[in-house]
Amino acid sequence: MHESYLPRDDDHPPFLYADYRSTVKRSPEMSPVAIVQTLSEVTGPGPAVSELTTEDADLTTNAGTGGEAIGERIIVTGRVIDENEEPVPDTIIEVWQANSAGRYIHQRDDHPAPLDPNFIGVGITKTGPDGEYRFTSIRPGAYPWKNHPNAWRPPHIHFSLMGPALATRLITQMYFPGDPLHALDPIFNSVPAPARERLVAEYDHDVTIENWALGYRWDIVLRGKSATPFEEVAP
Amino acid sequence: MTARGQTPSQTVGPFFHDGLVREGENVLSRPDAEGRIRIEGVVLDGDRNPIEDALIEIWQANGHGRYRHPSDVRDVPLVDGFTGFGRTPTDPATGGYWFETVKPGPVPDAEGEMQAPHISVIVSARGMLKHSFTRIYFADDDAIASDPVLATVPEARRSTLLATPAAGGSVRTYRFDIRFGGSDETVFFDV
Ligand SMILES: [Fe+2]
Repeated sequence: MHESYLPRDDDHPPFLYADYRSTVKRSPEMSPVAIVQTLSEVTGPGPAVSELTTEDADLTTNAGTGGEAIGERIIVTGRVIDENEEPVPDTIIEVWQANSAGRYIHQRDDHPAPLDPNFIGVGITKTGPDGEYRFTSIRPGAYPWKNHPNAWRPPHIHFSLMGPALATRLITQMYFPGDPLHALDPIFNSVPAPARERLVAEYDHDVTIENWALGYRWDIVLRGKSATPFEEVAP
Repeated sequence: MTARGQTPSQTVGPFFHDGLVREGENVLSRPDAEGRIRIEGVVLDGDRNPIEDALIEIWQANGHGRYRHPSDVRDVPLVDGFTGFGRTPTDPATGGYWFETVKPGPVPDAEGEMQAPHISVIVSARGMLKHSFTRIYFADDDAIASDPVLATVPEARRSTLLATPAAGGSVRTYRFDIRFGGSDETVFFDV
């Protein structure tokens, strides 16, 4: 039987979401053409890229200055699984985020908040055999943007995952629990209401390390396979 | 219903460069590789302004038509050092991009029918809450006439999936623009 992946479900945001103004001119207008997945879609760069990747999962020290990033130290951990609850092992996760003052090192970030010379805000890791992953970082700050008057992005960490196939590619953002800015953020609210909570990490006191860092748990769920392989039926 | 709902997509935003872009990832093949090509183009929005902060990722088979992936178990050779993955941001002024790679060999579809050589493309950008998938085919390849995926695309729109031979240097060059919106919008696939 030819393997294939379940579709991107309706819990993803639409392309066009007018409250997020930049979507208006950057959305496909015509319906996408359905494709019967071929080898081109059920393969993907994940495994090959994973082989070549060196992990760099401590954002508090990876600026290479010998100094430590300023901010509230955090641990973000969880599992990458698919929607059938199968673990996704050995897949790379790339993250990037603002510093504790809400500023990216990107040259186009003109937010008048200080840069931190000991923080570059990027990291990369791979999932373990059970899909588990772990980063150390600092809690990012909120930052203003120009979408609408007095617009602020809630603190978030950008995540990029390849998964096993072209079809499982996912770029998303992780948010922190209990944030009043969530209700005001069109990017967060572009997600259909029942699925929004999936973007919010949980505070986990068992992950928190005494005298060191606060712990957050966030699982990431990728598209799963649709084909149920034939199983030997006992006579 | 599956056991767990998918984690929803969110935009890559404007500041992905430091996190995702590494020098040289738009050059997939060695300088002496056989069948080397260059693909270049621009990414344009609904007003045909350049999308100057897009991320373009490509995935392709090698020149023999083999994917470097555990699900491709066919008896077709791999090529040392060729992963088939490329990534580049668009130019912050022009929205332009380019890759140097090799022309992929043909790979079969789900029924075992051969597809025309093609490269899978993922487009992400600020203002895109989820990425779009498209494919690059080659306008000067006769196999496009019998490609099973192109056959499902309305005929009038097929040309948006064809990279066309362009003037270039020593490497065979193709042009492939990606347009969002408008009557000549690029065909995107629901993968
Ligand atoms: Fe951000």
